[in-house]
Amino acid sequence: MSRRKDNYETSRWRQFMQWLAGEIDPLTAAKVGMIQEKAETLPDEKMERGKVSTLQATPGNESDEREAHSAAAQAEKAAGQAKSAMAAEPWLNQPSGESRGLRLYRRFYQVMSILLCMGIISVLLWTIAYLPIFGNAGNPDNNEVSARYIEKGLDETGAVNMVTGMILDYRAFDTFGESCVLFIASCCVLVLLRIDNDGGSESWKKRQTEANDRIFEPKNDIILQKCACVLVPVILVFGIYIILNGHLSPGGGFSGGAVLGSGLILYLNAFGFQKAERIFNGKIYQRITVSALTFYCLAKSYSFFTGANHLNSGIPLGTPGNILSSGLILPLNICVGLVVACTMYAFYTLFRKGGM
Amino acid sequence: MLVQNFPFFSIVLAMFSGILSSVLNGKQARNVSLGVIGSTIIMSAAVFFWCLGNGESYTYMMGHFPAPWGNEIRAGVLEGLTALLFSVIMLLSVLGGMRHTFEDVEPSKVNLFFIMIDLMLSSLLALIYTNDLFTAYVFVEINTIAGCGLIMIRQKGRSFSAAIRYMIMSQLGSGLFLIGLTLLYDVTGHLLMSPAKETVASIEAAGRYEIPMLVILAVISVGLAIKSGLYPFHSWIPYTYGYATPTASAILSGLVSKGYIFLLMKIFYRVLGQENVIASRMVNVLFLFGLAGMIMGSVHAILEEDTRRMIAYSSVAQIGYIYMGIGLGTESGMVAAVFHMFTHSATKALLFISAVGLYEVSGEKKDFRSLRGAGYRNRLAGVGFTVGALSMVGFPMLSGFISKLLFATSALQSPHKMMLTLIGLAVSTVLNAIYFLRLVITLYGRAEQVAVKGKQRCSFVFGGAIVCFILLNLFLGLMSQPVVRAITEGLEMFD
Amino acid sequence: MASHLLYNIEETVAMILFGIGFTMLLLHRNLIRKIMGMNIMDTAVYLFLAAKGYIKGRMVPIVTDGILDASAYMNPVPSGLVLTGIVVSVSTTALMLALTIRLYERYHSLDLDQILIQVKKEEGS
Repeated sequence: MSRRKDNYETSRWRQFMQWLAGEIDPLTAAKVGMIQEKAETLPDEKMERGKVSTLQATPGNESDEREAHSAAAQAEKAAGQAKSAMAAEPWLNQPSGESRGLRLYRRFYQVMSILLCMGIISVLLWTIAYLPIFGNAGNPDNNEVSARYIEKGLDETGAVNMVTGMILDYRAFDTFGESCVLFIASCCVLVLLRIDNDGGSESWKKRQTEANDRIFEPKNDIILQKCACVLVPVILVFGIYIILNGHLSPGGGFSGGAVLGSGLILYLNAFGFQKAERIFNGKIYQRITVSALTFYCLAKSYSFFTGANHLNSGIPLGTPGNILSSGLILPLNICVGLVVACTMYAFYTLFRKGGM
Repeated sequence: MLVQNFPFFSIVLAMFSGILSSVLNGKQARNVSLGVIGSTIIMSAAVFFWCLGNGESYTYMMGHFPAPWGNEIRAGVLEGLTALLFSVIMLLSVLGGMRHTFEDVEPSKVNLFFIMIDLMLSSLLALIYTNDLFTAYVFVEINTIAGCGLIMIRQKGRSFSAAIRYMIMSQLGSGLFLIGLTLLYDVTGHLLMSPAKETVASIEAAGRYEIPMLVILAVISVGLAIKSGLYPFHSWIPYTYGYATPTASAILSGLVSKGYIFLLMKIFYRVLGQENVIASRMVNVLFLFGLAGMIMGSVHAILEEDTRRMIAYSSVAQIGYIYMGIGLGTESGMVAAVFHMFTHSATKALLFISAVGLYEVSGEKKDFRSLRGAGYRNRLAGVGFTVGALSMVGFPMLSGFISKLLFATSALQSPHKMMLTLIGLAVSTVLNAIYFLRLVITLYGRAEQVAVKGKQRCSFVFGGAIVCFILLNLFLGLMSQPVVRAITEGLEMFD
Repeated sequence: MASHLLYNIEETVAMILFGIGFTMLLLHRNLIRKIMGMNIMDTAVYLFLAAKGYIKGRMVPIVTDGILDASAYMNPVPSGLVLTGIVVSVSTTALMLALTIRLYERYHSLDLDQILIQVKKEEGS
């Protein structure tokens, strides 16, 4: 009888009941071996899996635990010495057995990454070798699509710049999507970096002081300010010029908006946040972005709707070559320019101090 | 016809509400978001029934210019059905995780969360309806960024690390997809799907550009497979799904990966030509990866202690099923894959949402031991979880059973892959059963110590969402014939 | 075949850059370098597209002197695609940099492996 009882402690059924209760994991031992095996079979996958296997420091596996500790200690040390991440190389000051393994692994990792890179490049070059020749007018992409954009573009969109005509009229849905990409990216950055006052709690104050690097910036740097006095108006006027002439000459909302944004950022750098906040703050940012995107959305929806239902949109195209021509393209360019300028400026201020 | 405008209306409405939500406060943004999802459900249903009634699909010009010049979207039976199911699941996930959303997200940033939801919806709809490759790329990016936003909105260290892994893998996928797109543009000269397909057909007939076409197919498939988390590229899935706020987990696992798979199917049918895809060896690769995913995903899930990560690993296995169906290379295999896509969206969202109800009554702990007896403490969540788990295992009357049946019957039609598929299905089902039934048994096991909080009344909204999810599952399981017929019809319309 | 690669030197370079960027994004451990890799990869695609739009001896696609002949101008489509692509890549770069800042604030490291190790430890404790 007693023998039977002993057996129960180690029996499969007991193990099964324990596993069911989430107390033990009978396959843990098999796990490591399995990962090794996978690493050998799939070279592309090796890196990711390899990483994971070093990370799976299961409790009870001492060597892994120690490795994790030493790496973490390294990280702290490295953080103390204004460091680059590459400086954290544990084997330099720990000539023990496991660090040699780590070193071999790292070397192996490098070799494998070079091989992978070579593999991708050679496959793509192999493809390129069979593609149409560069700069040849008879290539498949110079077909009726681009011919119509060039030949009829001026009549149908009124834009002298065919690229603008294409992205804001023929393929306007893509461009609307693209503005939304910018919008949602700025929302994500807001989530990540905007520091909201939640009633003056400790964590808020801590983050506020951490993020605030304005104490380090030069105050009243006379050279910077004088240069900015000259340059900022020129940059802003140039940006506005690019936006307004988007349908006539190279440029458009995106490039002009980027120029405008950089002018604003220069102003901010020269005169500091307090002055800049008087002309541009979070509220203004929100209003401009929302109204520009709303106008864009409504205008383009109107144009899509009329187009799809074969109605006349009733928007005059004007004389090609004039500033006030080409229908919706000019107002859309202005909207896009405003959104881009605001977003660029918002990215900068959010990265600098977590707010606007 | 007004109905024909509905796909366009639903996409633009979702985008517009996203833009508008940035000036609203959290509660208003929530109401706007729910309203938009609700109207999307109605409009998608109208599109679906209209197409089903007329027996035809249609293209819709986005602007004043016809096919090879202007943007276009396209709606048919399959598009309407997918949009309908996706928006229903989206609504239920948002409702089910609502209380946690308001707890997990900083109060001043709740409206940003709903911006992500709105734009996620619009990008999913655009991926479903698009008839243009470059539009697909742009909306894939919106989808990726919105997904990243949903993951990291919890603002914990773990969610940041999960978000960065997600972004890295997604960007790899996007890069591959983009390069495939440009190569395709280079050899065909078209970005719209229908003219591109004609050019591809003439290229294939003339026997030109064989190697570029093969590489294009491989690169696009691998790019979208990375983004949807097919087995060897799945390393980001458990972190991502495991650490996000419940609504985000449900949406990401249930809908986002399916959006990419739907896009891949659409590209196979509408651009590259299904017969060319089958003739190339790429389907076999997808088939093998799918099989590997089915088995390895389940094995990982068995090893997992944390139940949310376990459900996430089970997603890897289920995505393996879908790719296996695509890889079979037959019409019925594709039908099975699409049906399993629906099954998995409905079931996985149910699992994530109901698991949250169980954690609530177990002191927010997520490992096995703390969950013991949780099924008694929150009965509705327990029932929901059990139904979801049984459906994943393939219990008759539930949707998972039908999809497994469809996979098995379609395997019988392709002689070369029959044995492998059947063995894979059997092994994977057994493995599924092991971890899901273990969890269900645990849920209804005897609790050793009394839980931290006693019985908790779950909110009306949460309960309603769970009940709707269960009904959806039963609907897919019991009334599968009309759905399967609609899928078959929709796939025929793709050509 | 090799001579073809030399004729298409722009595309060859673009593909080499794509491979480098892809590998950096996939395998480099430093987050900033990963982001650099992503940018290299995207830029390579734009270089490839721009090369595809070019036709020898033709003008940029802006109507000059009222000439409206398809044989006078280059292909405007790739330029438009590049414009769209650049904005997408700016957005993703900004998002990833912001994520990196938050991760650095929290874990004081840019090495993804070490960040993940610390995340793991945090979770265990």
